[in-house]
Amino acid sequence: MKAFWGFIVKEFYHIFRDRRTLLILFGMPLIQLLLFGYAIRNELNKADIAILDQSRDEVTREVTDKLLASGHFQLAAFLESEAEVEKIFQKGLARGVIVFEPGFGRKLIREGRSAVNVITDASEPNMAQMLEVYITNVIRDYQREWNAVNHGGGEFTAMGINPQTRMLFNPGLRSANLFVPGLIAFILMLVSAFLTSITIAREKEMGTMEVLLVSPLNPMQIIVGKVLPYLALSVINVFMVLVVALAVFQVPFRGSFVLFTLLCLLFIMTALALGVRISSLVRDQQTAMMISLAGLLLPTILLSGFIFPIANMPDVLQWISHIVPAKWFLIIIRGIMLKGAGLEHLWMETLILFGMMFILLVSSIHSFKIRLE
Amino acid sequence: MSVTVRNLKKKYGDIEALKGVSFEVNPGERFGFIGPDGAGKTTLFRILVSLLLPDDGEARVIGLDPVTGYKELRRRVGYMPGRFSLYQDLSVEENLRFFATIFNTTVSANYDLIRDIYHQIEPFKKRRAGDLSGGMKQKLALSCALIHKPDVLFLDEPTTGVDAVSRREFWDMLDKLKATGLTVLVSTPYMDEASRCDRIALMHRGHILDVNTPQGISGNFGRELWAVRADRCYRLLKALRSFPHAGSVFTFGEQVHYTDRRDDFNPEELKSWLESEGLAQVQIEKIRPTVEDTLISLMDRQEGGGPPDNSATEFHRT
Amino acid sequence: MKEDNIIEVSKLTRRFGDFTAVDHISFEVKRGEIFGFLGANGAGKTTAIRMLTGLLTPTSGAAMVAGEDVFTRAEAIKKKIGYMSQKFSLYEDLTVTENIRFYGGIYGLSGRNIRSKTEELLHRLEITGVRDRLIRDLPLGWKQKLAFSTAVIHDPAIVFMDEPTSGVDPITRRQFWDLIYEASDRGTTVFVTTHYMDEAEYCDRVTIMVEGRIDALDTPGGLKRRFGAPDIDEVFVKLARSGSGAANRLGKNAETRSDESAANRPGRGATPPPGEGTASRSNPNQPEGGGAT
Repeated sequence: MKAFWGFIVKEFYHIFRDRRTLLILFGMPLIQLLLFGYAIRNELNKADIAILDQSRDEVTREVTDKLLASGHFQLAAFLESEAEVEKIFQKGLARGVIVFEPGFGRKLIREGRSAVNVITDASEPNMAQMLEVYITNVIRDYQREWNAVNHGGGEFTAMGINPQTRMLFNPGLRSANLFVPGLIAFILMLVSAFLTSITIAREKEMGTMEVLLVSPLNPMQIIVGKVLPYLALSVINVFMVLVVALAVFQVPFRGSFVLFTLLCLLFIMTALALGVRISSLVRDQQTAMMISLAGLLLPTILLSGFIFPIANMPDVLQWISHIVPAKWFLIIIRGIMLKGAGLEHLWMETLILFGMMFILLVSSIHSFKIRLE
Repeated sequence: MSVTVRNLKKKYGDIEALKGVSFEVNPGERFGFIGPDGAGKTTLFRILVSLLLPDDGEARVIGLDPVTGYKELRRRVGYMPGRFSLYQDLSVEENLRFFATIFNTTVSANYDLIRDIYHQIEPFKKRRAGDLSGGMKQKLALSCALIHKPDVLFLDEPTTGVDAVSRREFWDMLDKLKATGLTVLVSTPYMDEASRCDRIALMHRGHILDVNTPQGISGNFGRELWAVRADRCYRLLKALRSFPHAGSVFTFGEQVHYTDRRDDFNPEELKSWLESEGLAQVQIEKIRPTVEDTLISLMDRQEGGGPPDNSATEFHRT
Repeated sequence: MKEDNIIEVSKLTRRFGDFTAVDHISFEVKRGEIFGFLGANGAGKTTAIRMLTGLLTPTSGAAMVAGEDVFTRAEAIKKKIGYMSQKFSLYEDLTVTENIRFYGGIYGLSGRNIRSKTEELLHRLEITGVRDRLIRDLPLGWKQKLAFSTAVIHDPAIVFMDEPTSGVDPITRRQFWDLIYEASDRGTTVFVTTHYMDEAEYCDRVTIMVEGRIDALDTPGGLKRRFGAPDIDEVFVKLARSGSGAANRLGKNAETRSDESAANRPGRGATPPPGEGTASRSNPNQPEGGGAT
């Protein structure tokens, strides 16, 4: 037991004395968080719009003011005629144009309905969709206020938009909500799998593995000893990210904390087993790094639903995504954090993840070579 | 018998690293394996400490079979691989403490054994192993291999890549260990270190060419050996090679070691011949063959007598 | 500058920060000499060679190699020398002729010249039968000899050799030195570093570097007489043990080691790889000479 403990102490020495590992461990997650949180935003921020107000009455002015005050939009131009609409898109000066029909306010009061046209530059479909949604929201807000003031009865529809749409769980389409759960998965994969595979490969490369093998230590002790520090650090990392996510980005946490922790541990163990498995295939750190990057981190980013929805991918990739552990884990944490889901909703994903972990664990222990060949 | 090996064979792909080696090591003996790269020394050691499985043959180390009894074996041997596997980012004392701990002992328990060695690096005990010179790493690695009081010690090329002074000091340290009765198997490419062993095995391309005491090995040389000097080394070499009765001609520093094909060789005859070839200050004296002379002659014989180039069909990779 | 000196070095110094790797060394090498450069790892010999081959600019002092100044004409020097290192010789996945052709091209030989030199080389080494064999399929001894021959294919005035015979068996080593003797006979100067002290005896003259200084410079016989030693190994030990050698041997610092190990990097005389001018870390576990098999 003392031998085992001595081994773990040594591992911690290695970790804290290697600046590169420390950078990856603590620096990277934070940088990623800040990057995804602040810089790479998928939400609308001062999008350029133009307005063609064919009515120019009090109502249109109030709607316009509200739009511009929301902070999501920036007035690129006030158009005079329909001809200018196409021109402004061609020049790329606006992403969307809002057209109020003539006599907008009058129609609203008299007939109870009025038409506003939202034209978006769909050459960037994501943007276009978002623009529509945002604009609709603002307009609907105005509609509610207007109804409240004018004792109901009015309804104006924006053409071509389904008025029943509501964005559940993430009404503001806040990108932080999208990214943070994925980020947690990515960080765990990074620390638990990537770093673990490297640390074992390093012993092989440096030749110290030889000496470790010719000692009373058995393979289990070596594996667990190598892996335990990274498990501890992963857990710390997750909580670090969580704290920042909750405090700074106000990502909601609607589910059970205990469940969250347990399932995180499950995923961590899966990732650790993956790391060990990879290290048994390689002889040096560089190869370990390459395989971890290509085989683990990349799929985790691209195929887990982190950024790109799996449902939108070609069938082949969707099938492949089934074997990416992060995919299941993401469903789980998004469920817990954003939807408040419990085990009764997530049991299938949990079972799948558990199965993966078990297989990998057995495989990695089995493949650990007690001799040099 | 501390170590018994019978007909051990090992192949990597189609390269035969060990072609059937056999030998025995007595308890308390310091046994040296002398041979260049590709001889199979490291492969042999790795098999004996149970890091590799042999393809054929048998081995017993302190009575244990490295194939089946490896668990017990790994507890009781000391192993120092080439490149002194130490943890670069751990300090001297952290390294030592680590190895003591994983062998379920403490640094103080067997300190007597390593005291003389560790003493020399103790002033640097807080320094990272990576920042030590070659000689100091060597001492640290030796300490780490001894700290658990092994029954037999395997040192794989412990003096390679280390300066001449440290090399000598290392053998001095091994001398002191002798008093403890520890069996030591050590491999080296340096011929001059052979004389510091009790017995040696000459190895070349997976074969053991001979096993004997350093003095006894020379006995296998078989012929009379002569050291020839002259004023111009290279010319002397060429001249000797062109001498009609030349047996073997090999340079050794400023001399050339020469054997003649005839049994009734008269050095005076050679001397006059050399002088007639334009060489001056010719000196010829009879000498005792060294280990290197013997190795060369054995290698030569093994290769069929011709220069190794033409007959070599087995290639070894470094 | 004497007519038949091919290298002249005067108070050559190289500092890295406040660490002096090479400390005011001075010596001369005559044309056609076999000049041995001995010293422990970290003594400064690799730094010295890098300065002489134009790979590293000295901090101070003066040096002339093959008629060119190392400070101002480093590129010209590279064209006039050959270089062979222990760590790198030929491309394993190319054939014998492909390697010769490649290096001939690097050294600026014309096509026809390369062809004739190839034949000459193959005949001299008696390896015409394996001209189309991949290097990795050749025995080590043949590789070494071929490596040396390609290093001098352009008939350079000097060839620098860094630990060329590490790990090789005694017979092959001697055959290798045969080649060196032949080259020297033809007038090529050979500048060789080695840590096999017995090889020092093959040289015409030998210097021993200790802590950046040249502590001894003489013929092997002269050194043995002066120190009352039977061989160069003993000379070395006596030198190292006298004076500051012993005390400082223990206290090595990281800079020295990284300087030495960085210098043992692949490089050829004519076109050294870019960025080779500064010391950096390489695998510290790599011993400076020979490898275990």
